[in-house]
Order: sequence, then C-alpha cells, then structure tokens
Amino acid sequence: MIRLEPRTDPSQTMIILTPILAVLATMVVGGILFVTLGKNPFEAIRMIFWDPLFGEHAFYYRGQILVKAAPLIMIALGLSFGFRAGIWNIGAEGQFIMGAVMGGATGLALYPLDSFIVFPLMVVMGALGGFLWAMIPAFLKIRFNANEILVSLMLVYVAFNFLIGMVTGPLRNPDGFNFPESRSFQDFPAAHNPELWAGTGIHLGVLTTLGFVILAYIMITRHIFGFNVRLAGQAPRAAKFAGVSPNKMIAICLGLSGALAGMAGLFEVTGPAGKLTTTFPLGYGFTAIIVAFLGRLHPIGILLAGLLMAVTYVGGDIIQSQLSLPKASIQVFQGMLLFFLLAVDVLVNFRLRISKRISK
Amino acid sequence: MDISIVSLLATLIVAATPILLAATGELIVEKSGVLNLGVEGMMIIGAICGFIAAVNTDSPLIGFIVAALAGAALSLLFAVLTQYLLANQVASGLALTLFGLGLSALLGHGYSGIKPPSSPKMEWFGMAELPVVGPIFFNHDMMVYFSIFLVLVVWLFLKFTRGGLILRAVGENHEAAHALGYKVIRIRILAIMFGGSCAGMGGAYLSLVRVPQWTEGMTAGAGWIALAIVVFASWKPWRLILGAYLFGGVTILQLNLQANGFDMPVSYLSMAPYLVTIVVLVIMSADRRRASLNAPASLGKIFHASS
Repeated sequence: MIRLEPRTDPSQTMIILTPILAVLATMVVGGILFVTLGKNPFEAIRMIFWDPLFGEHAFYYRGQILVKAAPLIMIALGLSFGFRAGIWNIGAEGQFIMGAVMGGATGLALYPLDSFIVFPLMVVMGALGGFLWAMIPAFLKIRFNANEILVSLMLVYVAFNFLIGMVTGPLRNPDGFNFPESRSFQDFPAAHNPELWAGTGIHLGVLTTLGFVILAYIMITRHIFGFNVRLAGQAPRAAKFAGVSPNKMIAICLGLSGALAGMAGLFEVTGPAGKLTTTFPLGYGFTAIIVAFLGRLHPIGILLAGLLMAVTYVGGDIIQSQLSLPKASIQVFQGMLLFFLLAVDVLVNFRLRISKRISK
Repeated sequence: MDISIVSLLATLIVAATPILLAATGELIVEKSGVLNLGVEGMMIIGAICGFIAAVNTDSPLIGFIVAALAGAALSLLFAVLTQYLLANQVASGLALTLFGLGLSALLGHGYSGIKPPSSPKMEWFGMAELPVVGPIFFNHDMMVYFSIFLVLVVWLFLKFTRGGLILRAVGENHEAAHALGYKVIRIRILAIMFGGSCAGMGGAYLSLVRVPQWTEGMTAGAGWIALAIVVFASWKPWRLILGAYLFGGVTILQLNLQANGFDMPVSYLSMAPYLVTIVVLVIMSADRRRASLNAPASLGKIFHASS
C-alpha cells in the first residue's frame, strides 16, 4: 500500500528534479504515441529534442529557438507573479493580440514617418494595449467579483475577432490587394524589429526578454513586491494582516502580465510575424502557461522552460516536414508535459511511503 | 430584415444543446466540490471521437456513446491528477484543455470535410406539423430532448435522493463527509467522470448535429461558456436551461444578423456571445454574499485524508 505522507518543508531537490522527471516521462509516453502513429519513436524524439540544437541544420534552428522562446518567456514571466498569488490570468493570448494591434496600429498611423521615436512609442503602446485588456478582468474581479479565469479567457475570443475586424477594416494594407492583412513592417524601417545579427534570431524582443528575466529575478527574490506576492499566494489571511491589499494585488498581477504579453505581441508582429494577419496568433499565450509552471514560476526556471518549449516547437516543425506528422502532435506533446509535471509535483510536498498493513 | 421568429427559436435550441449538456455535467462536478476547467478539452475530444465513430459506423447514436466514453476517459486523467496526486485543480483543468485540443487535432487529421450521418428527428406523433409550436418544440433530434431530460434527472438526483445528498455533503464540507465515512475521493471521481461524459456528448453534438462536420478547434470556447453558465445558474439545474438558451439565442441572433447583411462587420458581431457571457458573469457575481452562498463551500479545495 503506497501512502502519501506530507513533508514538513517542500523538498528542494524535488523542485529541481520534478521538471526533469516530467520531460523524461513525456519522452517515453510520447515515444509510445509515435509508435502508434507508425513512426520510429527514437527518430522522432531525436528530431524534437536533439536536431533543433545539434542537428545538421542547427545553425538555422538555433535562431528559430530564440525567436520562439522570447515571447513565451516574456509572457510566462508576467503570468508567474499572478499564478504565485493565486490570480489566474489565462487570457494572455488576448493581451498578446491586443498589444500587437494597438502597438502595430500606432506604428501604421505614423507611416511613413522616419523617426527614431516610432519604434519605442510602439513598444509602449503595445504594452499599454495588453495592460488595458488585462485591466478588464481585473476591474470586473475587483468591482463585481467576476471570475478572472473565465473573463480573461472570453476576452481572448473577443480580441481575436477584434484583430480580424481590424485587418479587414481600418488596418488593411491600402496598397495590398484587399487581402486581410496590414502593411508589412519590413517596408517601414522605423517600425521594424529586425534581426540584429543575421542568422542568430536575436531581435530587440529577445534582448528585452533577457532584461526582464533579470528584473523579475530581482523582484521576486529581493523586492518587497515579490515577497508580498509569495505571501498572498501561500497565506492570504496573513498577507491581509500584513497590509497587502488583495485588490491591489489583483490589479498589479493582471496588469503586469497583460503589459508583458502585449509587449511580446508587439515585438512579434513587428519582427518575426512581420504584419498583422488573421493567422497572427499562434497560441503563445496558452503555451506560456505551461512554460510558467514548468519553470516553477521562477524567472530562471522560466528562462530554461521557455527555451525547452521553443525547442519542441522547432522540433515539431521538423517532424511535421520530415515524418509528415500533423502539426498538432507537438501540441499533444506539450500538453502531456504539463500533465506529467503536475503529476510528479506531488513529490515536492509529499513523501511516498510504502507501508504494510499489519492488521485491520 | 427577414428573420423568422419561429426558425430563430428552433435553431436557438440546437445552438444551446451542446453547452447545456456540458454545463449539466460540470454542475455535478462542481457540486461535489471539484472545479474542472477542462470542459473545453473534454468537449473537443468528444467532438472528434464521436465524429470518427459516427462516420465509421454510420450511426449517430454510437457516435454519442463513444463521445461520452472518450470524455469520461479524458476526465479520468484529471481525476487521477487532482484526487490521487493532489495537483492544483486550475492548472490540471488547463492542462486537460490544452492536451485535449492537441489530441483532437491529431485524431481528426484526415477527417475534415466529411459529412457525418445525419441524426434523425424524434417522432412526436405528428406534432411537428403543428403551426409555430411544432417546429420549435417537436422537430428536433433525440439529443435535444435528452439534454433536457438530463437536467430533470440531475435535479431529481440532487434534491430527492440520498446519493444527491451525499454528493452535496462532499462538496460543501469534505472533511465532515469523510468523518461520516463517505468515500470523498471515490464520489468525486465518479462525479468528474459524469462531467466528462456529458462534455463529450456536448462536443459530439457540435460535430454531428450543430455544425455538422469536423474542424480543428471547433468548440471555440463553448466549454468555457458552459463553465460560465454554471455560475450563471447559481449551481441550480433548471437555471442551466435558461442560461444555455439565452446564450444560444445570442449566438443565433448574431448569425442571423450576419446572414441578413446587418450593417456591422461580421467580426464584431461574432464577439457577441463572449461579451454576453462576461456581462452575465458580472451580474451574477456582483452580489458577493449571494454568490458565495450558492457556490459549494469546498469548491476547488484539495482533499487529503490525514489518516
């Protein structure tokens, strides 16, 4: 009979070990999945986890990893504060879209102004777009006690429809052929977010993300805000007595995650995506939730988890083209990863005890 | 504008049925004190599994049965995570949704563009011929009546049976229920599986009747709306019907406005169901005291028997 025995303190070893265990378990079960799809599992796993980093075309893939990791990490960093405090913003995808639309629209409105101020202004407006969009669930939660999970999620669909409305309406490229897409930012140097060194995949968003990782690390370990967030999550009543206003916490956590998601959206649309289209949202806002958990809601962990998740994205593209597997198989992989992580998580707070029942 | 009220009401019921089914299941789950946010994932798994089964057997009924089983199977993953491994329910529910969306796309590869076998209408002794009431109430397929029947059964179960009382006890105070000797974990797992099978059927109704075909991500938030409708209904079975039909009405109305060339871009009209859901949530949650009175007291809390 296996019994769970609570630990007095969370096991530090397990906090580090469990994500690795989860990845290994995902590889094993994922391998079985590939067998059922009639593919060689070892080859598939190698393509997902190894080839993007060290394979034949790794020089190209490595850049792609950074391109995909940056938005994931930036969004996940913002989410991690709220998740620690028990505030569930799961609408980051919507905030990502609104940041891209609002920041992108700002740039397009200034076309073809050639000034150094254009891009910084767009970044600020992008962050503001995401921030304001996240303030809707925050306000409704504070004022009307409406569940922020459901409201923020509903707003993803609203944001997506808004994006479609924009690219088929006001933001449609006037020189295009009536395609539902905006002017390309590549043709507008002042608003473009180019690759800084050819082939590296590094653009301003990647550098900004790195900066935020360091900033978030300082915030969570050294700053009173990080302490309050942790307190609110672990002991809400104690936090209240310590003068941490729950409402302020909701507003800050949602606002922060919204602003970061919005900024990620802006860097994405001006750089890798290049323009606003109806297929612009790629689900980064949802995958970032997995990244946040896999990284243990810790900035350094999120950095590593974001890179890993980006590897699986690139690896997913590889198996898609080489093994002709559907794109969705990688999504299954990512979902499975979160499952296993949540499953092995029990080892952090509990000890497995194998006890023989003597008599009943 | 040419909108017939009769056909509007008839299609409204069809649009509401998937959500009503899923919400009824989730009501039981939440009454047992578990918050399963994976409704969307279970629905879409039901949608594709039911679709595959119906297409291959040429029987919608088998499709719905398979969908229910598939939804229950997926919910079992959630049950193991949250009940045995004590994982956070919010995160586990999200994982279920993300996993379900991916898996359904994988399973559905090669099934898009196929027409499923059509579900026959129920025979109501010719009452479908009646003017006005006929097309609205007596001209639907079996699942529409089943969904209402299910609400009735759930209401009777919760209100008049011992099992319902135990389920509510577990949801209100799992420590006390445990002390009385009820198997909290077992009861919750059964509730979760019931929720999963209802969500699965709801999803299958989308792919087999409402749309009817398979497209990736076709649930488009229906599972989340079902969750919101449980809140709207204040955890009372009959109000689920009201909530689901209200939502169905908004969906159908905006579709009709689109079709009739109402002077507003389609994308803005498509926002309507989601915006209405938010408004409804706000209204129902605004009175904090009432909202907290209705919600099961142990909702979302982890239970671990100390001995």
